[in-house]
Amino acid sequence: MSTGTTNTARDDLAAATGPDHLREATDRDAVGGVQPRWVAEVDGTERAAAVLRAAAANDLTVVPRGAGTKTTWAGPPHSADVVLDLSRANAVLEHAAGDLVLRAQAGTPLSEIQRVARTAGQQLAIDQPLLAATAGGVIATNTSGPGRHLFGGIRDLLIGITVVRADGTPTTSGGKVVKNVAGYDLGKLYTGSYGTLGVITEATFRLHPLAEDHRWITLTAPDAATADHAVTTLRASQQVPTAIELDQPSPDGPIAVSAQLEGRATVTENRTRQLADLLAQRTGVPAETTGTAPDWWGHYPFDPVEGIGLRLGAAPAQLSTMLEGARHASRSTGVPLALRGAAGWGVLHAAAPADTDPAAAAELVAALRGRADYVALVCGPQQVHAALDPSGAVDSGALTLMRRVKDQFDPDHRLAPGRFVGGI
Amino acid sequence: MESTRSGPAATPPAAEPAALDGLIRQFRQALPTDAVITDPQRLRTYECDGLASYKVVPAVVVLPENTEQVQAVVRACTERDVPFVARGSGTGLSGGALPHADGVLVVTSKMRRILETDLANERAVVEPGVINLDVTKEVSARGYYFAPDPSSQQVCSVGGNVAENSGGAHCLKYGFTTNHVLGMEVVSPDGEIVQLGGDAREAPGYDLLGAFIGSEGTLGVVTKITVRLMRSPEAVQTLLAGFATTDEAGAAVSAIIADGVTPAAIEMMDALSIEAAEQAVACGYPEGAGAVLVVELEGPAAEVEHTFAEVQQHCREHGAFEVRVAADADERATIWKGRKSAFAAVGRISPDYIVQDGVIPRTALGEVLGRIADLSAESGVRVANVFHAGDGNLHPLVLFDGSQPGAAERAEEVSGAILDLCIEHGGSITGEHGVGADKVKYMGRMFTPEDLDTMQRVRCAFDPDGRCNPGKVFPTPRLCGEVPGRRRGVHPLTEAGLADQF
Repeated sequence: MSTGTTNTARDDLAAATGPDHLREATDRDAVGGVQPRWVAEVDGTERAAAVLRAAAANDLTVVPRGAGTKTTWAGPPHSADVVLDLSRANAVLEHAAGDLVLRAQAGTPLSEIQRVARTAGQQLAIDQPLLAATAGGVIATNTSGPGRHLFGGIRDLLIGITVVRADGTPTTSGGKVVKNVAGYDLGKLYTGSYGTLGVITEATFRLHPLAEDHRWITLTAPDAATADHAVTTLRASQQVPTAIELDQPSPDGPIAVSAQLEGRATVTENRTRQLADLLAQRTGVPAETTGTAPDWWGHYPFDPVEGIGLRLGAAPAQLSTMLEGARHASRSTGVPLALRGAAGWGVLHAAAPADTDPAAAAELVAALRGRADYVALVCGPQQVHAALDPSGAVDSGALTLMRRVKDQFDPDHRLAPGRFVGGI
Repeated sequence: MESTRSGPAATPPAAEPAALDGLIRQFRQALPTDAVITDPQRLRTYECDGLASYKVVPAVVVLPENTEQVQAVVRACTERDVPFVARGSGTGLSGGALPHADGVLVVTSKMRRILETDLANERAVVEPGVINLDVTKEVSARGYYFAPDPSSQQVCSVGGNVAENSGGAHCLKYGFTTNHVLGMEVVSPDGEIVQLGGDAREAPGYDLLGAFIGSEGTLGVVTKITVRLMRSPEAVQTLLAGFATTDEAGAAVSAIIADGVTPAAIEMMDALSIEAAEQAVACGYPEGAGAVLVVELEGPAAEVEHTFAEVQQHCREHGAFEVRVAADADERATIWKGRKSAFAAVGRISPDYIVQDGVIPRTALGEVLGRIADLSAESGVRVANVFHAGDGNLHPLVLFDGSQPGAAERAEEVSGAILDLCIEHGGSITGEHGVGADKVKYMGRMFTPEDLDTMQRVRCAFDPDGRCNPGKVFPTPRLCGEVPGRRRGVHPLTEAGLADQF
């Protein structure tokens, strides 16, 4: 890029954002260690579209950002000329309480969405750990919390979405009603796409009633087999736990298994006791019931900015294999490993110390990959990203289709290039 | 139910007869003899799906028995550039499985094996032709079931459910097919066998599984489906409530939802649909009711008992003059009988009818019903209303007598005006029947050309030549070709050391 074109690009971007909302990027704006040139702050779809048109005209790469809570997640981009910051697009646009539907701009913090929903005794059933995270960021990174067990993940709660394409065209799919099969469900495709297909500017979610009462059952299993037995009992229970999580701070230590039940105030406590009794009887380990969640509940086991986080998935009945596998992998590589996550769903997060040697981290991941259906690097220093294949093997036919989807949506590969699976 | 509508407009290039001869020879080599149908009489059996107003006789029908045979069929079609359409049980109501006159109809009715039931992982692997209800039958004795329950569940196929993202009365609480499929094996339009989703409940990469479900057979042919099974509820409670008006019934629905109750189902019928059901199946609904509600709650017994009392209270407070509670499974079946027979029952009070499928925000129910009544009064076309009231999914039945000149057109007009009402109120032109061939013309009213273009980019990624169920869903096919755009980075040939970049 020559100086002349740099000036043109800057002028074009400033015209798109408005004079006060384009700035030079600092090292705090780095995405996965890659230093962007500019930060363009926009307040909604129109400005975002203008920035993307300016970026297209000047052949600039763009990485979208919400609150910036997960810029160390996924791979580093090959290039990031512009960080498109949506944190000014932060309004809840509509809360149709009677329809259990809420529409918000992409930069709206999850905490604000929950606050508005709660005014009508409702919730967006994504109790994901980082409340500062934005609607758009949560969709793009497909993050969720314990409630996914019953309510589903973002993909299941997103009913409409506005996305600006790489060429600056705003488009929508879905709508404002939950039941809708008109056209392709592109919300699914954008969920977890890490900004590689388009820039999310608005989203419409289905809400759920906020239950009157929440209760937890927790037991401490001495080993993987007992934990597995407890989780199996909970999964098969007709008491319908809304979440089943586990926590294992050390690979050789005990495993806390905890389930959340919710419902009417008058009956939930009793249901919880009954299930706790059954659980204790089946596993031979006492189960405690509480009115508050365990302190680890709904938090990542890793530091989401500085730490090394992995995500492990297996068929739910393979839980003990996965736990045992993690123990062996930790022992054989000498890397301490803390596990926590959706035991009922067979998806766990793992934390390795932030200063783990990249080669040891790669060894650990390789060891884990034989024991789980998939093991992905969620976040970590650049050197760790570089030392291993972050997503692991993907079905080659599916990967071909993913590449073709990317080529269709972003033919110049200017949107978060390289951050995604297979270098997409 | 015949009307004068014409078939879909978009027709890809016609295949040469010689090409079809060769194709058929190829099919006969790859498939059992009786699995390739070319006899004109037999081909007519497949000329329409559940929407009989569109009829197209396919050039050839194949009935593959396994993935390899589906792949052989799709590859042969690809080699010879012949369009193909997949069909399950043919119960769809939007013409989604309407054949192509110069193309191949791939019927999955011989792929009916339940390959695996794995209750430890709450899942089953089925072939696409497996009947929806058979999945539940296979596991119900062991306390599990498959949640999507379209009204046609005794005959419709799981592959068809995947294509249409089928719902049903109980999707209010449990969601649609897309929320109950964990993985699939598909034959892509270029003949590759692709796994979408894995053994775990999530897989790295784009959610192609989610994009595929509900794509109405335009992205490939599904050959195996891993469905999620749900634990049967501890308790089920069902009530039937009679109201003087649909407004009162609608207010009761609002009160139930506002109270934080998520019923498994809330169904509403108006006076005309009650009359039809009464004539057809003598369901014995409350006499003189202007509207009835069927409300079903499922879940832990203590929870259901508690909320069911609240639901009854809400019904009474909003004018229900009779509330009947099903004491057992038989009584529950009796309550559901009237609702489930409603579509067919309308045949008792009208020689012909159109089954419409539209969605509105539930809170707009009262206003939209008023507007439908106005439309009916103005046009003289009778409309019976049946709907999934909990999620605002309307199924107006537009009645007409096809032997009267112009009646079908008038009915069609009213039916279309109802969809406009749905769009005007921020709803959808289809909640569960799909766009298919029937609603292609309405897509442009709900979405901008750019929205539709974006959706078709997915189509282009999967099926750049538009051979897979062409003419459905989208009003104007997108020409895929080479996407305009500058290539970034190193050319693949340069990277491979095969060329220099200057």
